[in-house]
Amino acid sequence: MIISAQHLWLIPALPLLAAGIGALTPRGGRSLSAGAAIAAMVAAFILSCLALRTALIDPAAHQTFNFAWFDLGHGAVRLGFLLDPLTAFMCVMVTFVGALIFIFSTGYMKDDANFKQFFCFLSLFAAAMLGLLVANSLLLLFICWELVGLASYLLIGFWFHKPSAAAAAKKAFITTRIGDLGFLFGILWLYDARGTLLFFDGGHGVLEAASLSAMAGTTLSCGLALSTAIGLLIFCGAVGKSGQFPLHVWLPDAMEGPTPVSALIHAATMVAAGVFLIARVYPLMSADQVLASVPVHALTVVAFIGGITALMGACIAVAQNDIKRVLAFSTVSQLGYMMLALGVGSWVAAIFHLLTHAFFKALLFLGAGSVIHAAHHEQDMRSLGGLRGPMKTTFATFAIGMMALAGVPFLFSGFWSKEAILHAALEWDVSILPLIMGLAAVVLTAFYMTRLVAEVFFGKARSHAAEHAHESPATMTIPLVILAACAIALGFLGTPAFPWLQAKLLGEAEVHGHSLLVGAGLMGLSIVLVALGLGAGWAIYGRKLRQSATAKDPLETASPPLFAALAARLGFDELYAATVGRANLAFGALSAGFDRYVLGGTISFLTRFAHFTGVVSLENDESGLNAGFNATSEKLRGAGQSYSKAQTGDAHGYLRVLALAFVVLVLLVVLGGGR
Amino acid sequence: MIFALITIALFTLAAAAIAMSLRNLVHSALLLVVSWAGVAMFYLWAGAEFLAFAQALIYLGAISMVVLFAVLLTRRSLAELDPAIDGKWRGVTALYTGGAVAAVLFGAVLFTPLNFAAGPVRSFTVRQLGEQLMGPQVAAVLVVGVILTVALLGGVVLAAASRRHDKEDAS
Amino acid sequence: MSPLHICLLFSSALFCIGLVGALARSNTILVLLGIELMLNAANINFIAFWRYGPNHADGTGIIFVLFSIAVAAAEAAVGLALVIAIYRHRQTIRLQEANTLKG
Repeated sequence: MIISAQHLWLIPALPLLAAGIGALTPRGGRSLSAGAAIAAMVAAFILSCLALRTALIDPAAHQTFNFAWFDLGHGAVRLGFLLDPLTAFMCVMVTFVGALIFIFSTGYMKDDANFKQFFCFLSLFAAAMLGLLVANSLLLLFICWELVGLASYLLIGFWFHKPSAAAAAKKAFITTRIGDLGFLFGILWLYDARGTLLFFDGGHGVLEAASLSAMAGTTLSCGLALSTAIGLLIFCGAVGKSGQFPLHVWLPDAMEGPTPVSALIHAATMVAAGVFLIARVYPLMSADQVLASVPVHALTVVAFIGGITALMGACIAVAQNDIKRVLAFSTVSQLGYMMLALGVGSWVAAIFHLLTHAFFKALLFLGAGSVIHAAHHEQDMRSLGGLRGPMKTTFATFAIGMMALAGVPFLFSGFWSKEAILHAALEWDVSILPLIMGLAAVVLTAFYMTRLVAEVFFGKARSHAAEHAHESPATMTIPLVILAACAIALGFLGTPAFPWLQAKLLGEAEVHGHSLLVGAGLMGLSIVLVALGLGAGWAIYGRKLRQSATAKDPLETASPPLFAALAARLGFDELYAATVGRANLAFGALSAGFDRYVLGGTISFLTRFAHFTGVVSLENDESGLNAGFNATSEKLRGAGQSYSKAQTGDAHGYLRVLALAFVVLVLLVVLGGGR
Repeated sequence: MIFALITIALFTLAAAAIAMSLRNLVHSALLLVVSWAGVAMFYLWAGAEFLAFAQALIYLGAISMVVLFAVLLTRRSLAELDPAIDGKWRGVTALYTGGAVAAVLFGAVLFTPLNFAAGPVRSFTVRQLGEQLMGPQVAAVLVVGVILTVALLGGVVLAAASRRHDKEDAS
Repeated sequence: MSPLHICLLFSSALFCIGLVGALARSNTILVLLGIELMLNAANINFIAFWRYGPNHADGTGIIFVLFSIAVAAAEAAVGLALVIAIYRHRQTIRLQEANTLKG
């Protein structure tokens, strides 16, 4: 069976079908809903693998299948599907990780009353995410982008009876919407400039040479190239969705959702959509690189945002106590890495890290989910501890994930992808700062992950729930084991000695490997840094294990103000509440005032005017016409008064206005000279 | 030819006009059935036989029955048929509005040159129609089928739900 | 005056009768029937233009009217069900008394 571009719609359609089945099954149909979701994911995974095989036959080709959606003005709005290695790799990753997380969820959500809705939402999310991946049109991508946001909202707020979950869902939705507004403007501008939103369209697409050179050659009044401006607007959407500084605030709160959701959406797939988007429109983002005189290159902004996010996320993660929040901030930090890689010009390194990160972060979240499940929803790691004994499988797999994330050399996938990013940053000749931020984040990542593992799994149980923890059922541990295997194996797809993944993504038929010793200096430095972070973490948290849940953190005793600032997440939420929130309130009050005084005043003036005309016509009738019309004019006056309320509730009135308006319109057209 | 057309038109219009002005609802409904029959005759005259039969089946057969049922089910309000307090004003404005629309429409029709050759009555066979409906228009036919089903269910639900409310009101 | 003109005048007159009926009557059933008359008038227009228009062979007018009749049937069914629901609820079918949405 050959999967080519025109069959790609099947991949998102299958989970969508499962979502439909999930929506229509009665409350009791738990196994039907979950079974349909898992079966659809597995089938989509198989299709994705076939699509990957097709894509790898000729990695450089962009197979497209475009069709007209509807006619509009002088042209048609066209959508399409795109099959190239980037799409295919992402599809395989999303369906594979997704299927494992679905299976895990059957165990994790077993006791939830809304079990079948959960799978319905998960399938909806998967469908939207896969649709986003296979889109060949920025419009189709945007539609799926927003659907992904909707599914994320539904799933974060899945336990909506918890006020914090409902608030987190709203926060995630609104924060990402701010970025999406920029994205939408970028799309509209692009459509205005190029008249199409297709990526590849036989030479006419927006990502093809003619379009790119035209956009890079157009200079706006502010000195930016057109492609830079549009690229930065599109980047706004990625900033929102991928939790980049300064819109990262929603991602940690999103951990209010069930843990499989955190693993699937807020670690492995959805947040990676922003990185995918930038990688997809990378030709557009980099179109201005040929221009020397522009004030700023789009990719420079991306690199600095990524670097800042990577460092800031890692700093904040050091001082969090909730096991899921640590992982959330580490996700923020890792997404910063990916953006950094995009910004310094190596989008393949970004995608490599995206793929490896998806596996080991899903592994970490599911491991955390297993811990939380076992400890009866205790998430505070100060109250856990000593779980190494009772939860052997979880501990072993979690440790693998932790080492992959920390970048322990050679064996783990995170090491290779992180190395690729750091090398790309080293070769970037604009600034050295992103490299330094990235290296600093390496130390911090190793440090906070050591802290997490030491607090959760070592020492003695510090609460009743942790004492009675037991290993999770097989539906939960088997996905963990599979993901752990992938977290190790995946790295070897892209080592410097055999950069198969990079070559395929770039569309090269041959794999040009080179020795591991190229760039060994930087590799050695980062190995030293990882060792430093691990050692510092073990020295502070591992040797002197926490004795009780209320004991102070060693860092807190060392430097209380710094720790407090980090624990409060550097005060971004408060800052936004004080600035954006307050400005919003003020604007709301202003709008209310405008509504009440200006609009209200106008309307009451119009009302008086209508009343006045009513009175005048009444007087006219009484003096000019006989008394028989008095009643009529009385009614006219009543009608004049009722104009003060646009809604009369009188269906006859509506129809009458409609008919008279039609007459007036025709007369206007005729008397105005027609056409 | 034209004589037949004018006869059908006057017949239909007269029936419709009287139906709209009668006090008795049952008589109104029956006269409207006559008017719809006139429209069906017009379809026959124009060579659209299939439509004429469709019109007869749907309007004369089905909708008229539904209307009569509705009239009879709400018969208790027949006493309200007397002109309401604001009835005269309503009638006068309705006539004015209708007159204005009529003037615009008639003007538009009369002052537009319509240079189509008035050929002989050409028939469009049912076979051709079927090929159109099952060929290029098949998606639309399916959609209409769904709409009709939904409307039917909606009608049943609306009428049935109110009965339950009645019981709740009564208890 | 060509036959097409007469057909169009016929449909215009039927439309206006329906409009006046819908506007003047307070009984909701009659308002609905007035609207049905207006729909019929539109259908007559389709047939008239199909009969005298240039593209006779493709039968677009007939097909459009067929769909229009189907939709009118659906509208009548739902509309009359609504009338009955309103009547059950308020013991009246005077349209001007169903004004809950009044502003």
